[in-house]
Amino acid sequence: MANVIYSINGPVIKVRNTKDFSMMEMVYVGDNHLMGEVIAVNDSETTIQVYESTTGLKPNEPVVGTGDLLCATLGPGILRNIYDGIERPLKKIAEVDGAYIGAGSTFSAIDEEKLWDVKILVKVHDEVHEGMIFATCKETELIEHRSMIPLGVNGKVIEAKNDGQYNVNEVLIVVEDETGIKHDVCLKQKWPIRNPRPINRREPLNTPLITGQRVLDTLFPIAKGGAAAVPGGFGAGKTMLQHAVAKWCDADIIVYVGCGERGNEMTQVLEEFSELVDPKSNKPLLDRTVLIANTSNMPVAAREASIYTGITLAEYYRDMGYHVAIMADSTSRWAEALRELSGRLEEMPAEEGYPAYLPSRIAQFYERAGYVHTLSDSEGSVSIIGAVSPQGGDFSEPVTQNTKRFVRCFWALDKSLAYARHYAAINWNQSYSEYIDDLSRWYDKNVAFDFNDLRSLIVYILHEETQLMEIVKLIGSDVLPDDQKLLLEVARVIRVGYLQQNAFHPDDMYVPFEKQYKMLKVIQYLYEACKPLIAKHIPVSSILKTGIFEEVIKMKYDVPNNNIALLDTYFNKIDEALAKVE
Amino acid sequence: MSQAKIGLNEISGSLVALDDVENVSNEEVVEIQMANGSTRIGRVVQIEGKKAIIQVFEGTNGLSLKNCKTKLLGHPMEIPLSKEILGRIFNGSGKPIDGMGEVYAEKFEDINGKPLNPVSRQYPRNYINTGISAIDGLNTLIRGQKLPIFSGSGLPHDKLAVQIVRQAQIAEEDGVEFGIVFGAMGVKNDVADYFKRSFEETGVMEKVCMFINLSNDPIIERTLTPRCALTAAEYLAYECNMHILVILTDMTSYCEALREFSSSKGEIPGRKGYPGYLYSDLASLYERAGIVEGKKGSVTQIPILTMPNDDITHPVPDLTGYITEGQIVLDRDLHMNGVYPPIGVLASLSRLMKDGIGKGYTREDHKDVSNQLFASYAKVSDARSLASVIGEDELSPLDKQYLAFGKLFEEVFVGQGFNAKRSIQETLNLGWALLSTLPKDALDRLDNALIEANYDPEHAYKTIELAIKGE
Repeated sequence: MANVIYSINGPVIKVRNTKDFSMMEMVYVGDNHLMGEVIAVNDSETTIQVYESTTGLKPNEPVVGTGDLLCATLGPGILRNIYDGIERPLKKIAEVDGAYIGAGSTFSAIDEEKLWDVKILVKVHDEVHEGMIFATCKETELIEHRSMIPLGVNGKVIEAKNDGQYNVNEVLIVVEDETGIKHDVCLKQKWPIRNPRPINRREPLNTPLITGQRVLDTLFPIAKGGAAAVPGGFGAGKTMLQHAVAKWCDADIIVYVGCGERGNEMTQVLEEFSELVDPKSNKPLLDRTVLIANTSNMPVAAREASIYTGITLAEYYRDMGYHVAIMADSTSRWAEALRELSGRLEEMPAEEGYPAYLPSRIAQFYERAGYVHTLSDSEGSVSIIGAVSPQGGDFSEPVTQNTKRFVRCFWALDKSLAYARHYAAINWNQSYSEYIDDLSRWYDKNVAFDFNDLRSLIVYILHEETQLMEIVKLIGSDVLPDDQKLLLEVARVIRVGYLQQNAFHPDDMYVPFEKQYKMLKVIQYLYEACKPLIAKHIPVSSILKTGIFEEVIKMKYDVPNNNIALLDTYFNKIDEALAKVE
Repeated sequence: MSQAKIGLNEISGSLVALDDVENVSNEEVVEIQMANGSTRIGRVVQIEGKKAIIQVFEGTNGLSLKNCKTKLLGHPMEIPLSKEILGRIFNGSGKPIDGMGEVYAEKFEDINGKPLNPVSRQYPRNYINTGISAIDGLNTLIRGQKLPIFSGSGLPHDKLAVQIVRQAQIAEEDGVEFGIVFGAMGVKNDVADYFKRSFEETGVMEKVCMFINLSNDPIIERTLTPRCALTAAEYLAYECNMHILVILTDMTSYCEALREFSSSKGEIPGRKGYPGYLYSDLASLYERAGIVEGKKGSVTQIPILTMPNDDITHPVPDLTGYITEGQIVLDRDLHMNGVYPPIGVLASLSRLMKDGIGKGYTREDHKDVSNQLFASYAKVSDARSLASVIGEDELSPLDKQYLAFGKLFEEVFVGQGFNAKRSIQETLNLGWALLSTLPKDALDRLDNALIEANYDPEHAYKTIELAIKGE
């Protein structure tokens, strides 16, 4: 007997008296073949969440199982593409359906006609194992796609095609395993999105993901393979920061998940990334990017899936030996999708109506980050940067609190900094990074031996400033002794001249590590050079009159990124200016 | 295809249940005929086998289990559309109430709309000149943007909306027509009247399409009002090639209607009793602003909401802020000081501003001036809080200058009055004049070259005086 819809409640439908479906199986619902997933099975009813709008759906329409879990399609052609939460190609849908997304559009995620220039790396009689790279092709100008033997396939190659042009469905090699079963292997593969892809082993995290944003790289670095959370109320600049990191960080591949956010933002990413050029390779940034856009007005169930689709694509490229960074904007919308579906299932709510399994779901997601030794014996990483949108900017709400437990890097955005147009509005008192100790050896080796000391100095000055400002707020700064006034002035240089960055200035939107280090050196030199003057009872105000503080503040604009050596002249400038005071 | 039944099987709040219905589809419209001949409209919200749960828009007062006939219409909620809807007034569910008869429809459209494919969107870049400095200069409104006004009871948000409508030069050089769609949800009769009168006085009434649900009208109808308004706006924008400005007031009443309805359905509440899907529901409205690639028209949204108790962290303004592209926040202190429009500049934001200003759009120095004005004005509040502790006399000379700057900024730059209309040039020049009252060193967001070219303390006060006179 065919299975038919019994009840409909928003995106949740139920089928009665059937034992045909398995948990998490992907199904097609109704005459329009809407995509859905089985989320609960019991004796009398099977519950299915539908990833598309259920308007117009009727009872007694058919429900057909696919026998598969909800899978992502993997293969060349993913990069430069934009997908919805269940990996449907939005460009293709726009071509066929027009400006609005219709119900039941089914298109393959990757172009099945396109011919790729494939190089086959294995020959007949070779022993191959799962995860091994058997073919490569140039996916974009920037990225070589390395196709891997599907998981679960081990054995001997008995047939292999020669190098040449093939589409993704063409069988390139045939592998016979020990039991004599023959496996056809082509470029296109599938992977269930809710399962992490297997790895050889995890490696320690000791390389930073360099973002070119001074406040992140210097004060709160994230390691390659690490996870960071960016919480902030609306207008605090989460999206700005995510865009900046996606543009400039030194990952090989960027997966950008717009999860329940604004449509115009995704359009902007799409436009901007096709125009912007990667500083290292001079190729468009889009060549290394894949976008997943499940905007806030698209179906809520697909929003829940979008995070998993994104991380699966990220893991796939990691397994090829790439460093991948995934931006999830915003995980709160994903959590809300969980809450909404949980409400429809009439589950018992925990905090603020969120389901009790919220923390374990968040943990499962962030644990898919990591620096790994892959099955193909190379190294790759997935770093997760998840935005959190706490209601009312209140960090004590469940999503922020639970996220905090599973990430080691916390970039707290601050409304008052954002109001003063201090970009990046990262509050240095609330934020932290637990990766600092793991990364200090890298800094010693690759930046400079004294970088960690400089960092500590900056942290110390900012911390002291916060304490002093408590006093200043009460009685004004005039009563402070001069050495404390100097500290306040240096703290101002750090805040305005260093931490604050102009995302639109060509020389300030991205700052190489060398320049960051030298800028810190200049600020340290300024502080040290002023100290003896203060000891001689020269008032801070007369040092300020020389204008040297303002000059140091503006060095971020005055020294172009292609002439960093210019920063060395500042030591002289400081000496000269201070000599006049005496 | 339609089917009729006599009687109902259950009534609870605004929901009624029908048993033994065949072939009913989700979200289908139901017509309920009362014994006295009047009809009410409802919608299928849940189906359980042969039982359908129906939400009645006009409420269930006077309904019994047998005094009515129901008819399933076989399609989702639709409204009739044609270009004639301009100049007309409708109730919250799209029925004409101006006594001019039914609309001759060229097209029927589902009021829920469909999600717009992000690939088909065009990123909005052209700014709308509202003639209001605090908006044009610091929180620029872009065509295709959704920019809400966060207000409170007793603040002049309606007046501001009217001023924007009156002054906005939405009509473009290429001759694209402009129009206004006005959706009133749960507003008082006099507010609806004020808008109507203002539109008439401004002479734009024949360009306005109004959907009005007053505060004593049924709440279920209120949940449809913005959807009807936006469907009309989309039709005018994308089929009739017009630039449409949609004003929705008051979103807080809309959300309260949604809460009332949700609790009558027995749903699990989220924060402050609002349903857990409030974010998705609001997004399905706000995201209908924008520009579609290949179409001439655009939909710009200015939703107005009153923050209960002026609390910006209340779920309604909070979730709105997460969806919309910025917000204009009205400030009660400024209003008390007689500043009009009382726009709280620091809390306000326009996210699309950065790509719609500068060279080729407004003026090359726009970005820098606005950045510096924000930064300097942020320092004013620091100086003020210090002054309130230690007294103004004890402040450092720079802090005193900030206080003076702050006063001028609020009274002249922001408080331009209801009748002043400033061009973008005037706004930016005034911005420079205000900055010139501060010492050069204090301008830390500006390039030296820009300061050299525009910093001019000598003429600053003259420019400011002219602005005060409104010239």
